[in-house]
Amino acid sequence: MFNKALRAIVAVAFCLFSNGCTKKDETSDKIVIQNAGSDTMVNLAQAWAEAYATVKPNVSLEVSGGGSGTGIAALVSGTVDIANCSRQMTPAETERVVESTGEAPKEFIVGYDALAVYVHKDNPLAEISIDQLASIYGEGGDITEWSQLGIDNSECANDEIIRVSRQSNSGTFVYFRSAVLGKKRDYKLGSRDLHGSKDVVELVAHTPCAIGYSGMGYATPEVKMLKIAKSPGDTAYGPTVQGVLEGTYPIARPLYMYSLGTPEPQEQTYLDWIFSPAGQGIVEKTGYVPVGQK
Amino acid sequence: MDAKSKVFGIIGVENPSHPGHDLSDSVQIIVTFTIIMRTIVNIFHQLGRWCEPVIEGIIRLCGISAIIFVFGIFFFVFREGMGFFFGGLDIVEFLTSPEWYPTSVSNKRYGVLALIAGTFSVTALAMIIAVPFGLGAAIFVSEFCGPKLKETLKIVIELLAAIPSVVWGFIGLTVMNALIIKIFNVPIGLTMLNGGIILALMSVPIIVSIGEDALKAVPDSYREAAEALGATRWQVVYRVLLPTAKNGLLAAVLLGVGRAVGETMAVLMTTGHAVNMPNSPFDSVRTLTATIAAELGEAPVGSDHYRVLFIIGVLLFTITFIVNFVTDLVIKGIREKA
Repeated sequence: MFNKALRAIVAVAFCLFSNGCTKKDETSDKIVIQNAGSDTMVNLAQAWAEAYATVKPNVSLEVSGGGSGTGIAALVSGTVDIANCSRQMTPAETERVVESTGEAPKEFIVGYDALAVYVHKDNPLAEISIDQLASIYGEGGDITEWSQLGIDNSECANDEIIRVSRQSNSGTFVYFRSAVLGKKRDYKLGSRDLHGSKDVVELVAHTPCAIGYSGMGYATPEVKMLKIAKSPGDTAYGPTVQGVLEGTYPIARPLYMYSLGTPEPQEQTYLDWIFSPAGQGIVEKTGYVPVGQK
Repeated sequence: MDAKSKVFGIIGVENPSHPGHDLSDSVQIIVTFTIIMRTIVNIFHQLGRWCEPVIEGIIRLCGISAIIFVFGIFFFVFREGMGFFFGGLDIVEFLTSPEWYPTSVSNKRYGVLALIAGTFSVTALAMIIAVPFGLGAAIFVSEFCGPKLKETLKIVIELLAAIPSVVWGFIGLTVMNALIIKIFNVPIGLTMLNGGIILALMSVPIIVSIGEDALKAVPDSYREAAEALGATRWQVVYRVLLPTAKNGLLAAVLLGVGRAVGETMAVLMTTGHAVNMPNSPFDSVRTLTATIAAELGEAPVGSDHYRVLFIIGVLLFTITFIVNFVTDLVIKGIREKA
């Protein structure tokens, strides 16, 4: 009686044990690359990761968003292998990475984005200048109503411009501030600071009074992308691949990836693949501008 | 075979196709298990004689662990913020300026007045909505409805409490936003009103379940006495139950307040997250909790921005401490009067 029970227990234990062993064997040669940061790039990074899984099944990429600032903070603490960034790292940040990990971050430009300014699809506005954007978003700026832009936004109940912005760790937030408001100027308080690139477009799509900025890869038929002029009276250009390549669209920016020091062989292979036609094809497919052409 | 069939009788199993064969293994396992358990119980029994002081110590430690944790957390949060609290932060500006520019390039400003106003206004609005509904539901569930409806309602209300806050936030962001724009004809629906309604929905289950417990705790003899004197059901509730259960009901409301003040994800998504001194329920606001949640991830460890977020944590701690302390005083005051 006891013998039988004992045998059963031993058999069960053996099963569990051996199962555990084989699982471990399977995972031990699987390489995991941690990849986090920019919310603008999270769709792109996800698409890369999915496609790369078919190219190299033994390499798995763990992609997360959170904002460029979050990616850099993770690079500082050494919890990611590659950080995505929709803005360039500041010298202070580079210094912090060196201080805490002993290695300098290595920069790769993996694509370009035209930072699009979105309005509701029924908004009659077609183009806007950088100065006007600065008066709408900047501290001390005096444009608060749609009629001040010379349009009649009849869908909008009280004519008020609802500014949609991003949280302060977003690379897009920082890039827009330096590119539109100027190096030292701050945002006007009271903007709706949303937590994701997609959220901005979604909110603008449902709000006739809203204006917002986000990566061009997030455009939907529900929103309209404004043409942007460098200064009032200049020709305005839309956020197109051509506009980015020719440099006519005034708020285009590179998209970066940072590795810690020289990338590990597996990371290097991944980055090489990103720069290959296959990787850059995905950049185009997700709505951004490939690097090769510039 | 005799013993085996006895066991079958006890566990109430019949196996007509292979009598005794399939089940013999499980019977053996049950017997083995019983023996092992009895041995373990015996061992504990022996240990108990001279281990009692040790176990008593462990239980005492469990008792005071709450105090240790609270002080530990307070110490940690305060230590992280301390460096900036004593060196550099202008406390007056911190508490009285609505300008929150933690990442400005040229002119960093750390004023949290707008955030405090946001937290208080959303919480107050949520309570204005939640307290009548919550207490009303508690009274209905406990006093007026039949047993079947009562069980159903309690299950549904518990279900309401089980919805994760991010799902509430999502409802606020998509459904409520569009509804508020349409109904009130305002430019944007991510407002104090939206956050207040969502927070009210989140705190109602707490108010109902605790309020119902408080009403249930009133002895039936009170109700019987009141009814014997000819009181209507409403008079019983209004004149007898509410005054008797007021401590419990107050606790229910304040736990609801606690939930509303501390909630993060849902308010982050529904209030619009705009640094703004609110003038009406249709203004967007930003709360203290949402600010910490949104900004702590990127603030470089040890920077002023990082430390100021911890000071906001201390501020939240202080607010909840004051709320609890005042509650205690109020309850004590009520008790002494009564």
